[in-house]
Amino acid sequence: MIETAFTPYSAAIGGALIGLGTVLLMWTRGNVLGATGILAGFMNPSSSSDWAWRAAILAGMLTGPLVYLAIAGQMPAVQVPVTVPMMVIGGFLVGIGVTYGSGCTSGHGVCGLARLSRRSIVATLTFMLTTGLTVFVVRHLIGA
Amino acid sequence: MQLIFIYAAGLIFGLGISMSGMGNPAKVINFFDVFGPWDPSLAFVMGGAVIVTFFGYRAVLKQPKPMFEPTFSVPTSKVIDARLVGGSALFGVGWGISGFCPGASIPMLGSGNSSVLIFTASLIAGIFAARWMMAVTQKRKALRNTTAVNPAE
Repeated sequence: MIETAFTPYSAAIGGALIGLGTVLLMWTRGNVLGATGILAGFMNPSSSSDWAWRAAILAGMLTGPLVYLAIAGQMPAVQVPVTVPMMVIGGFLVGIGVTYGSGCTSGHGVCGLARLSRRSIVATLTFMLTTGLTVFVVRHLIGA
Repeated sequence: MQLIFIYAAGLIFGLGISMSGMGNPAKVINFFDVFGPWDPSLAFVMGGAVIVTFFGYRAVLKQPKPMFEPTFSVPTSKVIDARLVGGSALFGVGWGISGFCPGASIPMLGSGNSSVLIFTASLIAGIFAARWMMAVTQKRKALRNTTAVNPAE
């Protein structure tokens, strides 16, 4: 278990930037910014222009931490209180879940909630609940 | 030109993930651990993102069309079914185990951390596995329908 500091300002500013990037994509290309959909379509594009915009936004996302490094003088912290096998299982479950659920935190949790989509509200409430339950089970019942 | 704007959208998003702590599994898991070392920061990330997107979308969607495309293409489905709820529930289990979600892990690949790489590789494997399972169920369903329509075959 790793303790983390409560950081409301950087969290809110970071969140606002996430929103800004999301709005910029709607303004320019006219679609929602769902990380799952963008990634899935990148690996299985319908045309070369479909691939190109996905490659551009993914490249932009990957550059984010480097710009952070230039501004803050250090890479963003990645502290991982999770073993490698659990990370593999977790990633695999996320992949299956977001494909069946048609979205993740960005697609449902940000774009969908902002559009007041009922589907996304249901999806977001569901995954917030199961994430909380899972953390409770892993941390307090299993005691990892 | 369009690709530069889209690249910028990704960059701003990725910078936001980096700043917010959303790409830090310890912080994400602590947000959900209200009985442990609770860290409410994530609520401010979600709040900031949703508020900006809510007002930004309202302004943008008033335009007749986006800058570079003939029409806006926002999801239109209104179906709330077992697939949506079951999939989202499973996603939450994975998010709770790993502390990473797709939108946070993709930018954090740029940080060079090995756990991010392991998560993202498993995520991609999961996406392909789910697509394969969906294709199999669809094929079975189609097969069942043809036999139902044409029982003689």
